[in-house]
Amino acid sequence: MEPATGRQPPLLEVVDLHTHFVTPRGIARAVDGVSFRLERGRMLGIVGESGSGKSVLSRSIIDILARDGTVRYRGQVVFEGRDLRQLPPKAMRDVRGRDIAMVFQDPMTSLNPVMKIGLQLTEVLTRRRGFSARAARTRAIELLNAVGIADPERQLACYPMHLSGGMRQRVAIAIALAGEPKLLIADEPTTALDVTIQGQILDLLQRLQRQRNMAVILITHDLGVVAGYADEVAVMYAGQIVERSETGELLRRPRMPYTEALMKSVPLMSAPPHTRLQSIPGLPPNLLDVPGGCRFHERCRYAREDCSERMPPLTAKSGSDHHFACWYPLAAGAEA
Amino acid sequence: MARFVQNLLRRPGPSGSESERAAQDARETTRSHQPWWTRVGLPFWLSLGWLVLIGLSAILADILPIDDPLSTNLDTLFMTPLSEGHLLGTDAVGRDMLSRAIHGARISLQLAFTAPFLSLLVGLVLGLSAGYFRGRVDTAVSIFTDSILAFPNIVGVMVILFFFGASLPVMILALAFFGIPAEVRVARANTILFSGREFVMAARALGASNLRIMVRELLPNVIVPMLSLVLFGMSIVIIIEGSLAFLGVGFPPPTPSWGKMIADGFEDISRAPHVTLVPAAVMFLTILSLNMIGDSLRALTDVKASSL
Repeated sequence: MEPATGRQPPLLEVVDLHTHFVTPRGIARAVDGVSFRLERGRMLGIVGESGSGKSVLSRSIIDILARDGTVRYRGQVVFEGRDLRQLPPKAMRDVRGRDIAMVFQDPMTSLNPVMKIGLQLTEVLTRRRGFSARAARTRAIELLNAVGIADPERQLACYPMHLSGGMRQRVAIAIALAGEPKLLIADEPTTALDVTIQGQILDLLQRLQRQRNMAVILITHDLGVVAGYADEVAVMYAGQIVERSETGELLRRPRMPYTEALMKSVPLMSAPPHTRLQSIPGLPPNLLDVPGGCRFHERCRYAREDCSERMPPLTAKSGSDHHFACWYPLAAGAEA
Repeated sequence: MARFVQNLLRRPGPSGSESERAAQDARETTRSHQPWWTRVGLPFWLSLGWLVLIGLSAILADILPIDDPLSTNLDTLFMTPLSEGHLLGTDAVGRDMLSRAIHGARISLQLAFTAPFLSLLVGLVLGLSAGYFRGRVDTAVSIFTDSILAFPNIVGVMVILFFFGASLPVMILALAFFGIPAEVRVARANTILFSGREFVMAARALGASNLRIMVRELLPNVIVPMLSLVLFGMSIVIIIEGSLAFLGVGFPPPTPSWGKMIADGFEDISRAPHVTLVPAAVMFLTILSLNMIGDSLRALTDVKASSL
């Protein structure tokens, strides 16, 4: 599938991004050579196990990892033609919150417990968007309405602890939207929430994305979530993207054995009772000491000898946008 | 502040099983309908009452109908408490004990209400920077506080008083200096704790600068435990001043101070124990009150620490 925008550069292009942590026990390669592009108004799902580097990747894009000097970056993050890595700190602060905003996993901790939500919301408007105090208040109420919070005027005076988890996540989304971002990064936005609330929040994200023609990066470990909402999917394993494609194509015809293994480990409602759930044997590799060759070869049931020797590049067949990193990909069936 | 604390208290309790949680909710609701001042108990109010009494008498000492604390009277030596005209008796040179205790409170309270707050201020700046930036800043701050801790504080204050003279400002600064490490440690530990919370990262993701994150996001969370340390610092300051005066290195003689009064009465303790016991009791009650209030406030704000 070719990008629809033709000559226009993509909204976000990540080129060979590395994020390494310097730890006392060695260098942890949390993100190790990730490249992808994202067009305006599209939703990209990034899927992977815990520790696959998906959260670090999302934080690396807007450079908000801890300031304690243990983080090493390499590669480019090109947003609207500008490499964010080359921007001075002041300009980078302007990008955050205004061009790119983020929603975090746990709304219990992602809101400041000692600030009223009204202030947390209007602050973004007055500081990032130059609203007057009164205009910011009006806009804050509109935003809370937009994310489906009842009686928004009264909620402005609440502290985060007065709200339920789903409400807090809605507030967090409203805060992220306040800067009118072109790209919203949602890092497991529903993992900490009740299952019944999950769908509501994801529907909300999708609706807002379409209304505002906003690009969204949705980080999750749940393939079901991706299947239902994302336009494109990237599968991460041990700090690398191992397969990337348009959602339907990827789910119908996974080429990388890891993707297939992930899909098989999702319980199916249609399976007969007491069917043993398939799991992937072994553990994800230690990021301090990643295996040579293909990083998945130790757990891969199709692995052959040379899989441990040479690392497969992320490539696509010509004329296809289905990228995968595997020497012995699964049968493609009827290839388009 | 009171409203702030109250708001913190209105938070739901820790989660448990469904029924446990419902019971908890019910308890929380009834509890949260009681304002905080009904939940602190009698000791808190007695302590606060004592401190208000001491504080007011110290402030109004000059206009209260009490004797001059410095005027000696050889006709009224060692009068016992409850004597006519001298509610708390007189000392070895016939000075009124009540008046001296009240004037002595001025020194203690002036120290207690300045030095710990200076420590808090410096400790906040150093602790926030150390906990937020880590690395070299952290190392430098740790070396600084550890070297202060390596010095016995009473000896340290003595040395400073010896070099710069025993005046109130010098004493305040010296005591404040030795109060810094405790505040730094609390500030640093809490900063590290809260820096790991997502709301700090969220603030950064919204484009907040480092200074802004420290002042707006971290400071309000870090300052609560530091404030309860201030009350503790107050009692320490009063004890140190008392010890120094007892050792004879406090303020020069005629100035009344609790420690000096205890020291003065000490040689006559078998003949007239009240000369030592009255200032000792006043000091004891003051420190006890400060600690009681500190405990009550900590108990109130601890709810926050557990469920946030």
